Amino acid sequence: MNAPITFHENARRVVANPVLRASFRGAMDFLMAKRAAQFPDLDAFEALRTQGEAIRQYSLARLPDLLEQLEANLTRNGIQVHWAETPKEACQIIIDITRKAGGDLVVKGKSMVSEEVELNHALEAAGIGALESDMGEYIVQLAGEKPSHIIMPAIHKTKEEIARLFAEKVPGVAYTDSVDELIQIGRRVLREKFRDTKVGLSGVNVAIAETGTLCLVENEGNGRMCTTVPEVHIAITGIEKVVEKLEHLPPLMALLTRSATGQAITTYFNWISSPRREGELDGPKEVHLVLLDNGRSQMYTDERLRATLQCIRCGACMNHCPVYTRIGGHAYGTTYPGPIGKMVSPHMLGLDATKDLVTASSLCGACGEVCPVKIPIPDILMQLRRQSQGTAGGIQLPAAGSGRRPLQSMAFKLWAGLYARPLLYRIFGFFATRLRGLTPKWQGAWTNSRAPLRPAAQTLHERMRLSTTRD
Amino acid sequence: MNTARERILGRLRSHPSAVASSGHLRPNDLPVPPAPTFSAISGSLALDDAIASFRRGSETFHAEVIDTRAGDWRQTLAEICAAKNVRHLVLPPQSDLMPWPNGPELRKFEQPIENFKRELFDDTDAGLTIADGAIADTGTLFQIDPRTTPRTLSLVPPIHFCVLNVNRILPTLQSAVASEGWQVAMPSNLVFITGPSKTADIQQTLAYGAHGPKELVVLLTEGAA
Ligand code: SF4
Repeated sequence: MNAPITFHENARRVVANPVLRASFRGAMDFLMAKRAAQFPDLDAFEALRTQGEAIRQYSLARLPDLLEQLEANLTRNGIQVHWAETPKEACQIIIDITRKAGGDLVVKGKSMVSEEVELNHALEAAGIGALESDMGEYIVQLAGEKPSHIIMPAIHKTKEEIARLFAEKVPGVAYTDSVDELIQIGRRVLREKFRDTKVGLSGVNVAIAETGTLCLVENEGNGRMCTTVPEVHIAITGIEKVVEKLEHLPPLMALLTRSATGQAITTYFNWISSPRREGELDGPKEVHLVLLDNGRSQMYTDERLRATLQCIRCGACMNHCPVYTRIGGHAYGTTYPGPIGKMVSPHMLGLDATKDLVTASSLCGACGEVCPVKIPIPDILMQLRRQSQGTAGGIQLPAAGSGRRPLQSMAFKLWAGLYARPLLYRIFGFFATRLRGLTPKWQGAWTNSRAPLRPAAQTLHERMRLSTTRD
Repeated sequence: MNTARERILGRLRSHPSAVASSGHLRPNDLPVPPAPTFSAISGSLALDDAIASFRRGSETFHAEVIDTRAGDWRQTLAEICAAKNVRHLVLPPQSDLMPWPNGPELRKFEQPIENFKRELFDDTDAGLTIADGAIADTGTLFQIDPRTTPRTLSLVPPIHFCVLNVNRILPTLQSAVASEGWQVAMPSNLVFITGPSKTADIQQTLAYGAHGPKELVVLLTEGAA
């Protein structure tokens, strides 16, 4: 399994794999085109995302109060609320609920937060099975892998690979590379599980404080299965997902589904506000919500990083990222890949473990331009780089400065000194151009995959002077 | 002060000011500006426009929309059941639909799902529901009260028939949130449905009938069903 600390190696492996690269390129082009078709009018998009940003910032400014309001209303509605500071605590809460319900299997709807806390491992260690039911997640779980994209988990696999996987791992299934048949195979296997499993788990896209409502979007129906058929439904989400009012929901949803998969709305938009009530014939008898911190309150502490929490997890920043498109989701070695992953992972895993992620950006700005809630992603990456170098000032995150390399910072100090003194700079330029034959062939990471840099025969100043005298 | 809850809230409260020196964050006391009208629809809609827009949206999402206002939706339902070879149809608890010659076997969803799971999952071809309303903008149906429409009835059977009173088509989700009073009386499970279940998880190829119904047929009526 990849780790963020071996990012460079992981990335190199993918760059050398033409099949994987074609999968990602194709999928990203597809998602970008679908999204663009949903926002034909850029002014309207801009107005809507300004609204989305305002709603998220309004909510974050009141976060502790909204969490208390949400808790009070959920409790009044009969939904039990649990708080977890760490992944370990979150997993333990879920294990305890499952045991109490007498469950030996948890059937799961798509939830990135459950990936973040590595719930499947924790459940297995406790002797409880975990079954992913989103088609993409199911495929990835069968293959013993992790999702490579937060919206399309199996985007790295071709249908032939999936066909071979099913033929090998699903009992009684012959090889077929018809997508319809493959989906029907998944449907058959999972349908039995929805019918017979006691505990279902889901994520939450938005929680509404004023009504005590958990909102979920999905296309497949597995989310509704997991939250409706089992006796116990456990939802898990990060503490940032709450908004105050129901009227805040429609603009966020319009942005989320369009940005994520280029749809005006998903097939199902499911608002859950209570367990089965008197007189109802189906629905879970117990509903639980686990609220997870895991680094989020740290993002909250620094106002230059707080905008990270505005994220509605649409994945658009990944789809438009030139780095993600080339190296795919696994290379990052983190639950959340791409630009959003680079922003959140340092808080979850530490700046030291993720020091190569914050620099894995060309700062081209595409992510910031498409983000539906206007998170200034490049600025946040810069701020995290400063934190990693120990030059951020203000609040220091744990392990601030751990990304500093003495040789590199010396080189930049030297450069800054030269650049600030015209005379020194001229002298440096004079010698650098005259002695360019001596430029080393090995120039650190630069020459790993590029030709060495060599100064030109003349400095720009010299050439300017020449051309003006000639006129 | 030592539960996870108190520690998390305490940490959040120890940094109350999110104000703007970075230029990125709104001051705490600014209200949210009114939502822009992003949808092509603003204000109310004439009935025909509402129906046309609903149909357009629904069909984009692969639902079948049949206008039965000129006749009786029950007749249309019978015809579709025959065409689609439906042998077992599950009805909502209050339904007064009666069996018809050569029609499917009708079963009412009138006991808790626990007593009914196997039949519903393994031996049902179609489910019938009555929509509580719809959204013109996106072609979306919504179902409010799990007492009159059990949640699984629109989800588990492979075909979903839904009867929609055209007078209940509202312009947008936003207008529904403004007019339906859900803030004060939120049902236990409010479900919005647009088209049949689908997935594009294998190589971005769209396939219908992922876990929910493969087909959604909407029967438009006027007045109560
Ligand atoms: S950072 Fe913005 S673009 Fe990226 S997933 Fe979050 S909301 Fe979407």
